[in-house]
Amino acid sequence: MTCSSPTGWRKKKLSETLPRPEILREISGEEEFGIVEKELTVFERLYNLGWVRKTALLIVLAVVWETYARYLDNQLLVPTLTDTFQAWLGGMRSGVLPARILASLQVLAIGFTTGVVLAGIVTVLAITTRIGTDFLETMTAMLNPLPAIALLPLALIWFGLGLGSLVFVLVHSVLWAVALNTHAGFRSVSNTLRMVGRNYGLSGLGLVFKILIPAAFPSILSGLKIGWAFAWRTLIAAELVFGVSSGKGGLGWYIFESKNELDIPEVFAGLLTIIMIGLLVENVIFRTIENRTVRRWGMQT
Amino acid sequence: MLDKTEPPPLLDVRGVTLRYKTRDHLVTATYRVDFSVRQSDRFILLGPSGCGKSTLLKSVGGYMAPTEGEIMLKGMRITRPGPDRMMVFQEFDQLLPWKTVRQNVVFALETSGKQRGRAADEKAMQYIEKVHLTRFADAYPHTLSGGMKQRVAIARGMAMEPDILLMDEPFAALDALTRRRMQDELLGLWEETRFTVLFVTHSIPEAVKIGNRILLMTPHPGQVKAELNSLDASAHPTEVAILEQRIHDMLFADRVEEEEIV
Repeated sequence: MTCSSPTGWRKKKLSETLPRPEILREISGEEEFGIVEKELTVFERLYNLGWVRKTALLIVLAVVWETYARYLDNQLLVPTLTDTFQAWLGGMRSGVLPARILASLQVLAIGFTTGVVLAGIVTVLAITTRIGTDFLETMTAMLNPLPAIALLPLALIWFGLGLGSLVFVLVHSVLWAVALNTHAGFRSVSNTLRMVGRNYGLSGLGLVFKILIPAAFPSILSGLKIGWAFAWRTLIAAELVFGVSSGKGGLGWYIFESKNELDIPEVFAGLLTIIMIGLLVENVIFRTIENRTVRRWGMQT
Repeated sequence: MLDKTEPPPLLDVRGVTLRYKTRDHLVTATYRVDFSVRQSDRFILLGPSGCGKSTLLKSVGGYMAPTEGEIMLKGMRITRPGPDRMMVFQEFDQLLPWKTVRQNVVFALETSGKQRGRAADEKAMQYIEKVHLTRFADAYPHTLSGGMKQRVAIARGMAMEPDILLMDEPFAALDALTRRRMQDELLGLWEETRFTVLFVTHSIPEAVKIGNRILLMTPHPGQVKAELNSLDASAHPTEVAILEQRIHDMLFADRVEEEEIV
């Protein structure tokens, strides 16, 4: 199959028009890989599952905790894992903990949603107008490094002790992180994809919703994850600082209250709950969204 | 193809000068380019890099307004992108990664308002079958090879049944073997549907093989050097070689160049 001259090549070309099987072989190659995968052992396959590895790590950490707490034998410093779980179960049964969780999650949902919606508006302004871009860049540069908690004293003066202040600091913690990521995502959408969209006659908001948002979805999703983590931390911290809001305290308040009563296992139970909710959101909700979107689309490995 | 009558041109490019600004320069991509494409032409824009052929194609696509001259499609001036001129790009990322092969084609049909629902789906499958990708209709683009992605892009372009298909070096990023196969398939599809295509390439053999009419362009700025007729598939290899050599001499007489053998 040497192609020394164009003429020689063309003769070959006309006499045998079938270099096609080579391409088909490429495709069957993938199937062969599929068979290779089946030959992995059960352990290897389990080890390939992220959640199995992470659960194993958690179990190791739990054992270390329990051992150390028993060795220390001081419930005021470090209660054992079993005590913590008992306190947690007690809290759940008595209905105190679920009420606290619900209160926290409600505030979080309001603050997070408001922040995301505002971020969406700011970002759309930023990609459609130049002054919008300047606004977003300036504001994120100024406000992103500012811890939301630092605004709490001000928020208390402006909005008083209650939902308003919490939502204000939550919005601040979510807005800039999400807007920054979304904007970066929009800018990284390839020019080819934009041209494809315009080729179908799309423009303006149609282009934003049908092309830019899905194309920038990996960045948007990571922005949402960062925003969620910021919001969750900020919320708990804010609740710890000014405790109860309109008679319904959240998880931060639960910890604060338990500490005042020197009920340290309950403090740990509160912390555990915060961690568990964090893990749940990260590993169940966001992971599911990732698997159904960016991973399936091959935009993230 | 050897029709001797004079049909009105489908696409008429008259005295088109294209300029664009980079950060520090005003670049003239093409200077007063004229050509016209007839119905069912396989019209090739051929030239070395820097001759403005891709810019010219983008301008026909409506992405860029000429600074001088005009581009008319069916007697109407082109002002913006539209589904009557479907682009097939060189880049593999031209498929929407969040849609399957079938959805990519259906999305084009529905978004542009050509067809909806079941009709769009049937049309999409019909063209996916034409490019032999029925088995992969529900696969996501990232699972396909480069050649398959380009076939989807071609199916998408053809399913829209545009007045003219604009192809910007669609096979340039493919390996040589796939590229040859894609050229054959494109000719096969043309035999079936006789669509009109404006095809940009920098490969002389590709131009001679695919085109029935070839516009030669010289670089800096892009100007028309010649407009030639190509040969049909039954042409003798010697004729092909002679034509390729002739084009080569016209384009690259004064430079040593490393045209790949395709």
